[in-house]
Amino acid sequence: MKPPPFDYHRPASLGEALDALAEAGGHGKVLAGGQSLIPLLNMRLAAPGHLVDINRLTELDTIAADASGVRVGALARHAAVERSASAKAAQPLLAQALRLVAHPVIRNRGTVVGSLVHADPSAEMPAVLALLGGSVRLARRGAEREVAATDFFVGPLESALLPGELAVSAFFPALPGRSGTAFCEVARRHGDYAMAGVAAAVTLDEDFRIAAAKVACVSVGPVPVVVDVSQVCGTRPVASVDWDAVAGAVQDTIEPEDDIHATAEYRRHLTGVLVTRALREAAHDAAQDAARAAGEGQA
Amino acid sequence: MNHAITLTVNGVVREASVPARRLLSDCLRHDLGLTGTHVGCEHGVCGACTVLLDGEPVRSCLTFAVTADGHEITTVEGLAGDDGLSPVQRAFTECHGLQCGFCTPGFLCTVTAFLRETPAPTEEEVLEAVSGNLCRCTGYQNIIKAVHRAAEIQAEEAR
Repeated sequence: MKPPPFDYHRPASLGEALDALAEAGGHGKVLAGGQSLIPLLNMRLAAPGHLVDINRLTELDTIAADASGVRVGALARHAAVERSASAKAAQPLLAQALRLVAHPVIRNRGTVVGSLVHADPSAEMPAVLALLGGSVRLARRGAEREVAATDFFVGPLESALLPGELAVSAFFPALPGRSGTAFCEVARRHGDYAMAGVAAAVTLDEDFRIAAAKVACVSVGPVPVVVDVSQVCGTRPVASVDWDAVAGAVQDTIEPEDDIHATAEYRRHLTGVLVTRALREAAHDAAQDAARAAGEGQA
Repeated sequence: MNHAITLTVNGVVREASVPARRLLSDCLRHDLGLTGTHVGCEHGVCGACTVLLDGEPVRSCLTFAVTADGHEITTVEGLAGDDGLSPVQRAFTECHGLQCGFCTPGFLCTVTAFLRETPAPTEEEVLEAVSGNLCRCTGYQNIIKAVHRAAEIQAEEAR
């Protein structure tokens, strides 16, 4: 249970980091929080020739929130984003999901962008980015590109990041007014990977009817599975939505697999239950948001 | 190739020469001789190796010693003050919060940091705080009691 040997690089600037990654090519790997990478190394499931440690790059330790959303830098730890009042105000789903990411001690070290690049289909952060239609900014020596979530998650533990690239930040867009979000999951033990989990976002119209509803499901496919359920919900008040039909529509879309933690059928069942739970919570949240906005309008 | 690193461990500046792949847990135990930090699973599940890095609890088995270069570490050896065991340590003793003691250093470091941020925790907050630490003998009931008792002791002593 010790990591294999590697060449260690500790760049003092982003430019130096990109140089090191360019030279290492396919043998290079970025070390940020290390909470997924170091277990993989300890178990000898990965053996990169070069590790580029970005922990000195304070320029990447950023959380920038405004009305359009939250941009999280590559060195922002889970715990910092979870505690950020401005991030919570701009996109509450981040904090709702982060409390479910591993344990508090892991969140002190792990990074949000690292979770995205790790691209575990049972992890929360990829589902949040996919649900919100966010993006990841990838830098290489002399160039930068912004990759949309739909293109970023390629397969289990596989992202669109190419050799020589560093994910410098991720953008989580805000939702329009009268919106609410929720993240619900079921795990064997608190902090474990979820057997099933659902992130939900709901937007209400002026008459408190559902205008848009979307979910992202974890642990039921090679990448987070996003399903737009606006049509199935219909333009109805929350109380008269046919939740069984909504859950059924999502259950028909997902393709869960058996493993030692749960059967495919059990995951499908859990996902149906969680879809309803998360959407109802999100709708409740949206109604409060709308009521708050109406109250401010009157004042 | 070895790297020269400097860590401030329990207030003492320590130097070591380590390969890049040296885990912080192994650096503390093997290079610095501080065997109070215990190593259980070595992949971040059990929490036995938890130490404080710049005051924040982290898994020392999921941190490289080279990354911690220049930072401050507190291990279980550094929790007791000049006047004896810390409130958290005393509470664990009082409440029988340990039996074999293997997981204890990790619990003590985790709980010390937790109570600093949450001096009067609810039951739920305590459960969440220790959810990342495994104990295979005492069981969790007495550990949970010890956390509440530690909060009491700290509050009494602050008065």
